[in-house]
Amino acid sequence: MRDDPVAMKLIEIEVLRYRPEQDVEPVPQVYDVPFTDDMSVLQGLQYIKDYLDGTLSFRWSCRMAICGSCGMMIDGVPRLSCKTFLRDFHPRRLRVEALAHFPIERDLVVVIDDFIGKLERIQPYIVPKTPRTLAEGEYLQTPAQLDVYEQFSSCINCLLCYAACPQYGLNPEFVGPGIMALLHRYNVDSRDGAASQRMEIAGSEAGAFNCTAVGYCSEVCPKHVDPANAVNQNKTLAAKDYFLRGAKPKGGKR
Amino acid sequence: MSIPDPRRPYMRPMTGWWRRNPFFIEYMIHEGMALFVAAYAIVLLVGLLRLAQGEAAWNGWLDALRSPLSVAFHVVLLAAIGYHAWTWFRIMPKTMPPVVIGGRRLRPSEITAAGVGAAILASIVLLGVAWGLMR
Amino acid sequence: MKAIEKRSNAPIFWALFGAGGMLAALLGPALVFLTGIALPLELIFPPDALSWPHALAFARHWAGKAFLFAVIALFLWHAAHRIFHSLHDLGAHAGIGAKLVCYGFAAAGSLLAAGALLSLGF
Repeated sequence: MRDDPVAMKLIEIEVLRYRPEQDVEPVPQVYDVPFTDDMSVLQGLQYIKDYLDGTLSFRWSCRMAICGSCGMMIDGVPRLSCKTFLRDFHPRRLRVEALAHFPIERDLVVVIDDFIGKLERIQPYIVPKTPRTLAEGEYLQTPAQLDVYEQFSSCINCLLCYAACPQYGLNPEFVGPGIMALLHRYNVDSRDGAASQRMEIAGSEAGAFNCTAVGYCSEVCPKHVDPANAVNQNKTLAAKDYFLRGAKPKGGKR
Repeated sequence: MSIPDPRRPYMRPMTGWWRRNPFFIEYMIHEGMALFVAAYAIVLLVGLLRLAQGEAAWNGWLDALRSPLSVAFHVVLLAAIGYHAWTWFRIMPKTMPPVVIGGRRLRPSEITAAGVGAAILASIVLLGVAWGLMR
Repeated sequence: MKAIEKRSNAPIFWALFGAGGMLAALLGPALVFLTGIALPLELIFPPDALSWPHALAFARHWAGKAFLFAVIALFLWHAAHRIFHSLHDLGAHAGIGAKLVCYGFAAAGSLLAAGALLSLGF
């Protein structure tokens, strides 16, 4: 049994603060945080809030990389703070700032209304091909049919891919990698019948062709969804749709 | 009297975005290879125009091609277009749906290898056909 | 109308970009080696390989014309698309002006190539 306290290591965490009621623009603030090797960046932020500065604002929930709430820029890279560990940065100072390419609401909290609006727009649910009754029983799907969409169903809407995507940063009208991954997930699911409606979005000026295959979205995805693959597959699919249905530049009815 | 909206979301500027991450620097480099693809197309185009202008113009162009400056430039073009080819096949798996062969999904590295293999094969065929035509 | 409601015409330029990029990836290095290094330095190939009669015969043949046009035009369209997007990446406004300059250059080059090839006859 240990009676003497364990000597704690200290790490400097520099957080980009932003309080609209008092800050003209974001300002960095450094905190000295004692830590143990098992502590995540999220736990570091929780220590700051609990003991050093209760005004620090940030989103978090599950603390196990499944809810998608705690995304932020850690040393300039989009990461889940619950899945990033302080020991990997010590003794250097750690920079934490709000997820890139989104407006900062406050401190590490970003405005994600744009994403939510786009999510609603792509109908992120199975739209049955034909009306189906409960009596008809469950859908049957082969492993091959599952394989075509399964990885894209792992998306936790954490928005790291949006912070990674420079095209979204340069043009926020772009639907973005996460939305395209979900759009694709439903389009290629054998149970779904709304592909042509979702194709209108994929082939629009806000769609797949904004992508220039940087590929960083897939690099940062914590769930290995590979959104770059979804976006780029849809360039081919949208091009097929464009050439085979005839060109209607004004977005006419199909 | 209504209270002014206390919310004032802050948008950070995008200037210099690609300099902040080595991943993006490499991206800008491989995208920049397009300049060399254009340069080679222009070299061929100029040659074609000289050919259309007659024998004297064509021979003048051949002399220019033989100059050390031109050969050195083409060595640079070779490296650049080679890098284009490599990064093109590196991205290719990202553009494709799952490719299933023998009940197994091909890995991205296998798709890239197939692309590079196809390029090597195509190059051999091209050089072979060229050699056959010039004998 | 918002961007998400307008059908994009990008597929035309993207398809040309893709074809040009694939051609450049498959044959670009070999072509550069052949025309810019091996032939001028008389490596492997005979010294009169690019002589006037040979070059003329190649450019007059329908297959030679098709090959030359494909390489020149597709390489230019590939580069135009990529350079246009790189300008946007660097912060330039990706408007009609930039599109006209980039794609216009590719179009002009393609027309010049076609014109030269046709003027050489069959």
